Amino acid sequence: MRESWASEFTRGVATILPVAMAVTPFALIFGALAAQKGLSPLEVGLMSGLVFAGASQFVAVDIWQHPAPWLVLGFTALTINLRHVMMGASIARHMGRFSAASRYVSLYFLADEIWALAERRASVTTLTPGYFLGLGVTLYLGWIGLTVSGALAGSALGDPERFGFDFVFTAIFIALIVGFWRGYRTGVIVAASAAVAALTHLLVPGPWYILAGGLAGIATGAAFMAEDVEEQAA
Amino acid sequence: MTLSLPTLHAVLAMGIATYLTRIAGLWVLRHVTLTPRVRAGLDAVPVAVLTAVITPMVFMTGPAEALAGLATALAAFRLPILAVVAVGVVSVVGLRALIG
Repeated sequence: MRESWASEFTRGVATILPVAMAVTPFALIFGALAAQKGLSPLEVGLMSGLVFAGASQFVAVDIWQHPAPWLVLGFTALTINLRHVMMGASIARHMGRFSAASRYVSLYFLADEIWALAERRASVTTLTPGYFLGLGVTLYLGWIGLTVSGALAGSALGDPERFGFDFVFTAIFIALIVGFWRGYRTGVIVAASAAVAALTHLLVPGPWYILAGGLAGIATGAAFMAEDVEEQAA
Repeated sequence: MTLSLPTLHAVLAMGIATYLTRIAGLWVLRHVTLTPRVRAGLDAVPVAVLTAVITPMVFMTGPAEALAGLATALAAFRLPILAVVAVGVVSVVGLRALIG
């Protein structure tokens, strides 16, 4: 039993490693930007360890002031990370093998990449706590170590756009979307989500486009795929 | 290695807010009946959320980013993830230099 936990954990580590490598420049740049805003390497490591959500950390550093306005920063993190509610509801369906405690521990690591890889795993076989923690702990430790390294290296790293590093997360997410591709229905969900996200992004400031686009895609999926299920039953 | 009190408070506020969003899905599931329609909606979550996140970068930044997104998607049907990221980054740098 312990051996199978270990092998699941190792499998999770091996699956997330390429993603962790791809995230490396992004993490270094985050640390450097935070250092430019006056955060110490210790404070950068603390933020990466307690928040562990790249997009919201970037935005926080972008609006950072001294002394830090905790209410604004907390609320901003909340709105940017609201997508986790949808992600958590989806992945929690596949946590039948998890104890209550291990669900609450595992969900601490619910970052986009970890979640997407866990969803893919759940679509082919049973998701185990070992596999999930293999994904989670690896990226977690990597994120802390690399962001602190970036803070120590400081501004020597330069502008992320210069080397196209600002496109790294986009490329990872595109690869993950393609991994979920199931024919034309997936295309319809992509179209609905992108259209509503674009419209919301034009009209409403802030990160609300993620929630609006996500909900539009979910509604489209509910309409299309449930119909398919009914056809099969008839 | 300094740690200021306002920064600690801010980081704690961000961390607590983020953890609440991460576990809220458990409570949502407890109050929702998993009909085929709800199940189909939840199955769409990965594609729907990931698409929404990248929409401003891919579809609203410029032609270079849109074309790089297309190249990345085509690469993703054949290549492992690290190669896909390389295709994305290289093509966005090249296309930005070519067409801005």
